[in-house]
Amino acid sequence: MSSDAMAVQNAQIAGRPWVETLHDWVTTVDHKRIGILYVLYALTFLVIAGFEAVIIRIQLMFPHNHFVSPQVFNRLFTMHGTTMIFFVAMPILFGFANYLVPLMIGARDMAFPRLNAFSFWLTALGGVLLYFSFVGGNGLYGAGNAPDAGWWAYAPLTSKAFSPGSSSDYWTIALLVSGFGSVGTGINIIATILCMRCPGMRLTRMPLFAWLSLTMSGLILLAVTPLTAAQLMLAVDRYLGGHFFDTQAGGSATLWMHFFWIFGHPEVYVLVIPAFAFVSEIIPVFSRKPIFGYPAMVVATVCIAFVSMSVWAHHMFTIGMNSYANSFFAITTMAVGIPTGIKIFNWIGTMWGGRIQFKTPMLFCIAFLFQFLIAGLTGVIQAAAPLDWQLGLSYFVVAHFHYVIVGGILFALFGAFYYWYPKVTGRMMSESLGKLHFWLFVLGFHMTFDVMHIPGLLGMPRRIYTYEPGRGWDTLNLIVSIGAFIQGVAVLVFVANLIISYWKGAKAGNDPWDAWTLEWSVSSPPPAYNFASIPRVASRRPLWDLKHPEDPDSRYE
Amino acid sequence: MKAMSALATQPFDSSEDWVLPYRGQVGMASLIIAEAAIFTIFVVAYLYYIGKSLTGPTPSQVLETPIFFTICLLSSSLTIHFAGKFLERGRLGAFLGAWLLTIVLGGLFMYGTASEWYRLIYEHGLTISTNLFGTTYYSLVGLHAFHVTAGLVMLSIVLIFAVAGRVGRDQSARINVLSLYWHFVDAVWVVVFTVVYIIGR
Repeated sequence: MSSDAMAVQNAQIAGRPWVETLHDWVTTVDHKRIGILYVLYALTFLVIAGFEAVIIRIQLMFPHNHFVSPQVFNRLFTMHGTTMIFFVAMPILFGFANYLVPLMIGARDMAFPRLNAFSFWLTALGGVLLYFSFVGGNGLYGAGNAPDAGWWAYAPLTSKAFSPGSSSDYWTIALLVSGFGSVGTGINIIATILCMRCPGMRLTRMPLFAWLSLTMSGLILLAVTPLTAAQLMLAVDRYLGGHFFDTQAGGSATLWMHFFWIFGHPEVYVLVIPAFAFVSEIIPVFSRKPIFGYPAMVVATVCIAFVSMSVWAHHMFTIGMNSYANSFFAITTMAVGIPTGIKIFNWIGTMWGGRIQFKTPMLFCIAFLFQFLIAGLTGVIQAAAPLDWQLGLSYFVVAHFHYVIVGGILFALFGAFYYWYPKVTGRMMSESLGKLHFWLFVLGFHMTFDVMHIPGLLGMPRRIYTYEPGRGWDTLNLIVSIGAFIQGVAVLVFVANLIISYWKGAKAGNDPWDAWTLEWSVSSPPPAYNFASIPRVASRRPLWDLKHPEDPDSRYE
Repeated sequence: MKAMSALATQPFDSSEDWVLPYRGQVGMASLIIAEAAIFTIFVVAYLYYIGKSLTGPTPSQVLETPIFFTICLLSSSLTIHFAGKFLERGRLGAFLGAWLLTIVLGGLFMYGTASEWYRLIYEHGLTISTNLFGTTYYSLVGLHAFHVTAGLVMLSIVLIFAVAGRVGRDQSARINVLSLYWHFVDAVWVVVFTVVYIIGR
């Protein structure tokens, strides 16, 4: 497009009333705009839920602290967990998948654009419903104004007797509604990948990002739906007087645990597989080498998804299952370590012998490798049921899963932001602010979550609103809290970088990283139709073939 | 920019056949997988709570096997299959007849469920809050009945279009997607029937 035409278009855009622009965004069915909406929506909730985490850490900074009441503390950790999983992590990953999958497989949009918009607005409605509980949660009883039963909401805490008012209902309905949205997105991604690939884009040539998105979507279909079913049962109990989880009438509280964790554990993989996807795209580009062991990576991912369906009860060792169940779930849990190990070796194999460029996206991915490994190792030791009896429900567990979610998923996500931001906005993110963000976040992360393992080992239970002095937890908790504040500052640097770079960042051009996947072949930001004419591909790195016609990959595949 | 746009036109291997599955079928298959997981959880809950009710009535006291209505629903799978075949061959009259028959059979099944619920509620006093059997029975059968109802609504919409002359051979791929959903609803009934009326008693 010539610069004149661009200038005319810009003038037209500048001249439009903002209501029209807003209307465009609200009614859009364009996968790129919906992707951006998902990400902005999730970032808003990231700040909210991060703020909740900071309040929790202020309360736990000193023994016998009175910053918030025990009731408020319960609501804070419930809302923090629920928000971070359902309204930060899931939508932000859906946003990236939405934006990138059609571009990577050479399609003009998702398979079902209107279903896509519908799914987003369902998820958005879910988040609004959850936070509306602060206003409407009192119901008719005037007791409790936000969900406070923990993010896994064990029975009987959610029964009418222990959770009067409407706060648990808002929790149930918010998750039900956003769950429908997730399933819609999952269906859409699967149909897009299977039915919308450009000519030549065989399954064996798809970027790993697309493969991993496909696996994640399959997992959504099988893992989010049990939660939907369990939430329906909980709604039957609360509204219609049913007895599913009512122990007074023969119902079982344990059954809720099973149903929740049949969702809850694969959910971890729904979140971490997209993180693997980011890393699998970023590491090759900044190592200047194709991904090592592509087929092994695909097989390992699908294996992880399969095995993750049969490990859920390792969250329930402490309730006292029989030894057969304990052994089964301990073995399957340890087995997850094998395909995960394959993936880590492959990433290292990709970096091995490469000309590594330590740009911000790569820094986050390298940190991801180390931290995700440690997170996996603390997971494997907890798979041993006897050890878990000691550590279950302690701060060790809290440290472990935050290591996975923050040290693994969030680091990969930050890397993805720095990597694809130029494509989405046409501007580079600031490298200096990016490095500041990285080092501050690494410092804060390790101060918080490395140290947090120790009070857990010393016996500090999770979800307590305060503790007595002199148990050896005081200094440790102070360090953990200070680390949390540093992470908060680092996230503010990141948000500032996002905002400043949007106006002040250097122009990115089509392909700032000299990358190989199809999204870098179109302008930044891509036009509404993505590809003027549908591309044809002959290898896993179509842009390499284009840039090196004398030595194309297609010759070796 | 110029080099990039060359990507679109460069014929790497134009000889390759490029046929991808129909997105409607893939989308519906994915939805069916998701729905199957939901039903699985409800079936597990039903099986787990068999015989755990603290008060009556129990399944063996009040449940009667709905054989006629089961035959209705299962044969509607056949009629919708033939309706799809008729449409593919362009026999619109036969399509309309088979489609209408499908709706009638589905409607009969829903009548069967409604009359069974009426009998259970008014003659035996079994409601969703009576005992665990009531809770699990009405939830599982109700969830299935909800899916039948949703299917009937979609079938009826197609019927309206068909009567208005808007359904032809061009739509047969979409009709087959709906047909896939209907087969799923029937298959779920086989499981629900086995669990509730055979194992559950």
